[in-house]
Amino acid sequence: MHQETPSSPLPPASSPATSDSQGLCGEGRVLLGHGGGGRLTDELLSSCVLPHLNNAVLSELLDSAVLEAGRERVALTIDSYVVTPLEFPGGDIGKLAVCGTVNDLTMVGARPLGLALAVVAQEGLEQALLDRIIRSVGEMARAAGVNIVTGDTKVVERGVLGAQGPGLILTTAGVGLLPISPEAERHLDPRRVRPGDMVLITGRVAEHGLAVMLARHLPEAEIKVQSDVAPLNGLMESLWGCAEVQADPAALVFLRDPTRGGLSGLAADLAQRARVRVVLEEEVIPVAPAVRHAAGLLGLDLLEVANEGKAVLVVRPEAAQAVLAALRRHALGRDAAIIGRIEPVPDGGMPGVELITTIGGRRLIQKPFGEQVARIC
Amino acid sequence: MLPQQFKREHMAQVLEGWRAAAAQVARPVAFMEVCGTHTVAAWRSGLHSLMPVTVTLLSGPGCPVCVTSQGDIDGMVELAGRSGVTFCSYGDMLRVPGKKGSLEQARSAGADVRVVYSALDAVGLAARQPRRQVVFAAVGFETTAPASAVAIQEAQRQGLTNFSVLVSHKRIVPAMLAISSGASPGGSSGGPSGGGGGGLAQVGIDGFLCPGHVAVIVGAKAFAPVVEECGLPCVVAGFEPLQMAQGLARLTELVRDKSPVVENLYPQAVTEEGNARALELMDEVFCPAPARWRALGAIADSGLGLRREYQDFDAAARFGLHPEEAPEPVGCRCGDVIMGRCRPVDCAMFGGACTPVHPIGPCMVSSEGSCQAWFKYGEGLH
Repeated sequence: MHQETPSSPLPPASSPATSDSQGLCGEGRVLLGHGGGGRLTDELLSSCVLPHLNNAVLSELLDSAVLEAGRERVALTIDSYVVTPLEFPGGDIGKLAVCGTVNDLTMVGARPLGLALAVVAQEGLEQALLDRIIRSVGEMARAAGVNIVTGDTKVVERGVLGAQGPGLILTTAGVGLLPISPEAERHLDPRRVRPGDMVLITGRVAEHGLAVMLARHLPEAEIKVQSDVAPLNGLMESLWGCAEVQADPAALVFLRDPTRGGLSGLAADLAQRARVRVVLEEEVIPVAPAVRHAAGLLGLDLLEVANEGKAVLVVRPEAAQAVLAALRRHALGRDAAIIGRIEPVPDGGMPGVELITTIGGRRLIQKPFGEQVARIC
Repeated sequence: MLPQQFKREHMAQVLEGWRAAAAQVARPVAFMEVCGTHTVAAWRSGLHSLMPVTVTLLSGPGCPVCVTSQGDIDGMVELAGRSGVTFCSYGDMLRVPGKKGSLEQARSAGADVRVVYSALDAVGLAARQPRRQVVFAAVGFETTAPASAVAIQEAQRQGLTNFSVLVSHKRIVPAMLAISSGASPGGSSGGPSGGGGGGLAQVGIDGFLCPGHVAVIVGAKAFAPVVEECGLPCVVAGFEPLQMAQGLARLTELVRDKSPVVENLYPQAVTEEGNARALELMDEVFCPAPARWRALGAIADSGLGLRREYQDFDAAARFGLHPEEAPEPVGCRCGDVIMGRCRPVDCAMFGGACTPVHPIGPCMVSSEGSCQAWFKYGEGLH
């Protein structure tokens, strides 16, 4: 019997690492797959990173940390962005850097207060390209209703970011505030997820990852996919503000964006943290026909492909229809769907994710392992 | 009726017919899906959970990564590590461990390893960096060989002297013949094939679900020798779950009727004769040559060698590479899996010592490998 690799990168609770601990790092080198957001990433974090930094806030491993500051609850997050090519159908690295961080704040229920931007450019980068990308940062920040309030710029020698790379890394940090009045308090916590709850997604899956992969590997392909990169704070605030959710905000129990690792990675993590079975129905998961075709072409499982403008919600069953209707009233949620439900772990079974396929079969969904690679033929 | 609903009802009919045919056979049957894409499609669609209980689906030698011999992999890693070499490979190949690590590990240690999606990308790279030697790892079956041929001809047309190809192409039909005739069991590579587990040891194969992609190139008639020499039915099928189920149901009927023939259930893509232009291209650049397969060992005419007029592009000759035949990892049963002698779960290392995150054998590395598909989509259900 297979030993389940823990999907959560948390160090074991029984052996809290101290700041002077050695970590569990092996002797090998960091591989590209360690950055894929899958189980290899989890391993690197739990062996080389988290043991040195262990603390109660970090160990929640949320999209944003939530800090107490007097009576305020402050959300703090940071992300670095590397993407090849820098510009792709539907967006660019600048748009990505704003939306990713705004969405990380949004996923813990916070309203973005301000962003910080760090630019690391390699000598030789075309200024016109940099100009387009930073303009895109500005446009997207305005669209999300948040300002870039501080920043930093560094230039590195040619070759430091790799001879072949596009030569630009962006990092954005963000601060947000969580509403504190008791009636508006947002109880987002996977530990509140329980059997019977419903799983929703705000729109079609896999568009960002496939847009980038097609642009990178098959630029001449006739099939075109646009990245879904978008800030989700507007959509989520309209949801929090609608009458049905206002009446019972606690009915919304979990919220996360299926970025790297896609819907599969998110669902697998949710199942582990909530100690439940997540059962998804393939037939009702929204997918654009071009995306289905492109995933087939590259041999990719589209449930594992990254999204940058979608959120997955878990809600109490009695609120599901109202939440669905509220999402669909917003432009970014018009393809929203109920895609599954939460079930108890069967006797003798383990937490995990099952997919009921379009032909009525069943199979497992697991957290992706490492980098996504297209098949050979 | 909605198209989806129509599909589902059609599927239900096919499954019903398949179960009836399986019941009439009155004994367990095992079919080999030769192609890695079929392996993944069967798992991803949940087909395994719907099949008649008396039918077993075994994976065959149709995953290019899985059948590449250990010696060939060592050769790739060695070449990638040479100074001045830019080594281009399809992405799936990068994580297969050789005796001195994988291409991915070589890259993290400083080797210039690039993932390409087409052989022509490697030619473009050679043209752009004339001071580096660009080597393309030409792996895969008749599906990728024509593209390699085009790339070699293009490099010749451009007069590139810094482009070469490490040829490891395979032809699928000789491997199917070797498996179905029981020839060269275990190969001569010294790989232990009894590394643990009992399961379906020495299971027989009752027919082949033929690889749809390869069939597009070689044509349905290319599988006739399997019927003639081994008496096993062959059905060419597409990759939609419904098409696969139809193909497998038809195979079951052919077993029931004791009617070993080749049938093409994928006529929208596969003709009797195949793709003449692709076959011509392959024939211009390559000729049949012996090849070494993981587990199956050396099989005559099962690979492709460069024709005399293209010998200048042979990377092995250019760099004086003499890959030695290396033993397969101890305890690894990838060979038995590829030969249809056992299921992945019958290997003692499956899911324990060998997982997709820390793979030991290539069938667990490749996204089209049988072990990875069983682990990823089926572990826990079976």
